[in-house]
Amino acid sequence: MRIFDPHIHMTSRTTDDYERMAAAGVRALVEPAFWLGQPRTNPGSFADYFDGLVGWEPFRASQFGIRHHATIALNPKEANDPRCRGVLDLLPRYLEKDGVVAVGEIGYDSMTPEEDEVFAAQLALAVEHELPALVHTPHRDKARGTERSLAVVDESGIAPDRVAIDHLNEVTVKLVRDTGCWLGFSIYPDTKMSPPRMVEILREYGLERMLVNSAADWGRSDPLLTLATGEAMLAAGFSDDDVDRVLWRNPVEFYGQSGRLRLSDVDGAEPTFEGNSILRGGS
Amino acid sequence: MTTTVAQLRAALGEQPWLDEAVARVSAEPGAIGRLFPAAGRKCGREPVAPGWSADEAARAVLLDALPADRISGEVADLYRYGDAAEKRAVLKALPLLPIGGDAVPLLHDAIRTNDTRLVAAALGPYAAHLDPPAWRQAVLKCVFMGVPLSAVDGLGDRADAELAGMLASFAEERRAAGRDVPADALAVLESLREG
Repeated sequence: MRIFDPHIHMTSRTTDDYERMAAAGVRALVEPAFWLGQPRTNPGSFADYFDGLVGWEPFRASQFGIRHHATIALNPKEANDPRCRGVLDLLPRYLEKDGVVAVGEIGYDSMTPEEDEVFAAQLALAVEHELPALVHTPHRDKARGTERSLAVVDESGIAPDRVAIDHLNEVTVKLVRDTGCWLGFSIYPDTKMSPPRMVEILREYGLERMLVNSAADWGRSDPLLTLATGEAMLAAGFSDDDVDRVLWRNPVEFYGQSGRLRLSDVDGAEPTFEGNSILRGGS
Repeated sequence: MTTTVAQLRAALGEQPWLDEAVARVSAEPGAIGRLFPAAGRKCGREPVAPGWSADEAARAVLLDALPADRISGEVADLYRYGDAAEKRAVLKALPLLPIGGDAVPLLHDAIRTNDTRLVAAALGPYAAHLDPPAWRQAVLKCVFMGVPLSAVDGLGDRADAELAGMLASFAEERRAAGRDVPADALAVLESLREG
């Protein structure tokens, strides 16, 4: 089983995790910029964090044979702190980096006017830098947050197939399924979504535009729940090809829209062309 | 063997994107902030000259296109906001650019990292600007991290008794721990003892 984890915060993980992930078949991943447990208070903290996402962390991942990519953004929670607003001015530099394959995580935390403004501004940056967008849906008031996110995406003019709406569940999947956006599901030990529940959703809604991630971070989480989901799919009668589609080809197709995925040395397929090794290997 | 920017440009062959980017940077130096990171996607990453990949060569050409009064400032910013490949390209280009010793702080930054590619790139010809204590520590760090000493420019000429003492202590600690000492470090130590 080859696995591309489309959302995992490796900065918070140890080398033991990298070893276990590599052994489990994880060959590539995307680390979205997000909040840390401790709120930041100035743009410089973000610059150093972004540097890690395009510098140190890809180097660390490469030691385990795993290809690391990132998404860059000012996250919705910290968008509410006026001291961090200068982060928006840093973004154009980082959004041009080779390893940056989307703008994200953007979206809502508490649905404040500040979040509205920063969300819309960053969707505009995604269009300008020709990048897809990764949209976080809030943990609280999720259904309303998801609806409002979809409305903002619609207004922004970005093509729906260049947007992933993340952290969906049985309730919010219905809101996104017919919008043309990609659907992200974070499999957690005991909250957001579990492997058996994920399998039920795949049965009901199909495999198209479905993204499964571990979203492992500094909280209680497990970077191998992508593998567990693949195994649960097989046990439920899905084929190896179905699992490969959900755990590899779908995230490759979504992030491949950036033109910046580099997987030639990890996917066993053809060499890169113009810095892009994908799409032909897609579905 | 010293490479020049002109040689790198010639080795890259036909590159319409690069020609346009150079013209833009000459006219509008600030434009390099968004052109520099795109070099790998536009010019490729294959080797084009000994020790140089296409993206590194293209980045050296872009830096060389900066007006003299802007070069030090832009080099510092491109390094500061660069990803690992950009930082490495800046470090490698330093000895080819008319900037004197202005960029020494970048070497100190690179040598502080734990990224072997950056540490190695900091020890090219531009490391002649490092003072002896910093240079010796950097060489020792290469040995410690497993960076081949072939990355260190002018090692034979600059290695001194002080470095020999540091390498000897390192070798002693490694042996006491039952671990190997890299062969290239032992060779340097041997030649210093003979000299």
